[in-house]
Amino acid sequence: MILTSDEQTMLKGREGVAKQKAMELLVKYGEALGAERMVNTNNVFGGVVAPIPFVRKFAAKVKDIDSIFSEFNLDSGNRVTIPQVKVFTCSFLNSLDPDHWQMMGANESTYKLQMRMEKFCRRIGINLTNTCAPYLVGNVPVKGEHCAWLESSAVVYCNSVLGARTNTEGWESTGAAMLVGKIPYWGYHIDENRLGTHLVNVDINLNSVMDWNLLGYYIGELVQEQVPVFKGVRSIPNLNELKSFGAALASSGGTEMYHIVGITPEAHNINEAFGNKKPVTTLYFGKSEREKAYNNLNSAKDQNVDFVTLGCPHYSIEEVWEVCKLLKGKYVSTNTNLWIFMSRPIKALADRNGYTEIITNAGGYIMTDTCPVYSQLYPKGTKVVATDSAKQAHYTPAVMGFETWYGSLDDCIQAAISGEWRGELK
Amino acid sequence: MKRIILYGRKVVGGYAEGEAIVTRDTISGWGGMNPLEGTIIERRHELRGQSFKGKVLVFPAAKGSSGWSNAFHVTRLAGTAPKALIINHITSKSALGAVVMHIPTVTDLNQNPLDVITSGDWVKINADNGTIEVIKQKN
Repeated sequence: MILTSDEQTMLKGREGVAKQKAMELLVKYGEALGAERMVNTNNVFGGVVAPIPFVRKFAAKVKDIDSIFSEFNLDSGNRVTIPQVKVFTCSFLNSLDPDHWQMMGANESTYKLQMRMEKFCRRIGINLTNTCAPYLVGNVPVKGEHCAWLESSAVVYCNSVLGARTNTEGWESTGAAMLVGKIPYWGYHIDENRLGTHLVNVDINLNSVMDWNLLGYYIGELVQEQVPVFKGVRSIPNLNELKSFGAALASSGGTEMYHIVGITPEAHNINEAFGNKKPVTTLYFGKSEREKAYNNLNSAKDQNVDFVTLGCPHYSIEEVWEVCKLLKGKYVSTNTNLWIFMSRPIKALADRNGYTEIITNAGGYIMTDTCPVYSQLYPKGTKVVATDSAKQAHYTPAVMGFETWYGSLDDCIQAAISGEWRGELK
Repeated sequence: MKRIILYGRKVVGGYAEGEAIVTRDTISGWGGMNPLEGTIIERRHELRGQSFKGKVLVFPAAKGSSGWSNAFHVTRLAGTAPKALIINHITSKSALGAVVMHIPTVTDLNQNPLDVITSGDWVKINADNGTIEVIKQKN
């Protein structure tokens, strides 16, 4: 790689060992990619690695969070003291909700470790957004801005909806990037790689989050890590629909960038979306494709739902409002738990709006900072899960082995109230 | 026994040899495999329930969560990592994963490795010069 003088200075260790380790990792990573140089970034979405069970075992053997950060965020087996972050950094999910960890079934040692990690974040200057959707809490990169973000659903939103630029980074590359403000100039940082590869003719109306989830889940599996261009979308989607859409695309496949002709910022028309390239193939999405996606997502058989989970990716305040309209004056079944996940700033707004009271009075809970399949924390005895998120429905059976129903928000709220799954594709 | 030589590009250098495990399905790191067991867990994956521990993992590409590199990072520390990777197309997830696993990795081969290599074949990887020797177990 060709390095600038400030990059070489850090690589030689003249700004300390931590920055040297960070540059060493970024150079190895850049060479692995085949990148020619680095690009400056002032927007990192990462944090300290989450205390998953393996990290907790590791933590028990080491002295401090600096040791954990060294291994899992800088790929350094030797402990280095971590300095202040160099550039603006927001944190990804925690492993638990600090206000509900006991109810979630977390143990005290995990809670204490998580709190030590938060203290470490404050010390080095990481902003504790603790969310998978940083664009809902004020981190809204500008078109063309070079970012270093992890979280596949946030990456695809950043590239496609906002027109900012990031690859799907990991804990290690974001750990390094926050200390030095650099990331390999490769992939979606470069104009030509952002052009479409596959044309998708959408031949059905898309009227809900569910419609967008099903489109994303079906097409993600077909295009994998390439760039689909959606043509024929007849109505303008809202933020919540695109948030779920990207999450679905990036779960069944690995989509990091898409275009919707006439809607997303780099696709005013089909020529702009493809540039001088021709689509490698043309795909179709209509009624039977929608049905196939729905059937692939629904792996459950038992209609007795123990647990309804909403908020994947983390809910916006509009989605909390939608829940309240359906739930007001109703009661969650005694056989079922309803947990709704969001970031802490959105929860603060829900508190102020009276939404938290509506949800709590109905027997549901607002949870912050984490999500079930990520924390692997569920109400005791959970066997059958229902969710309105294609992403959550994709990962839950694999990670937890639970039977999982996927449906609309209305299907999920009705399941929470009756304790039974009655959802069907309409 | 038939021997085939493939040429590609180094992602991570080093030498390793071992038994191949081959899939035409893309691999999700976090949420698609169990790093403590070294097994694929995705519900509709052709390798579901199978282990890649100590083997040469041959696959078309990564997919899914950005936890890819961390999940494979954990396999190195847990002793369940593959011995080497052969990947048709790399992106940031698999490139970073290969770097933090510290295992020889090759991509951009002159023939499609999924057509040439079958599970059970013995594969020698010299990642520094991008050379792969495949010793077919069945012709």
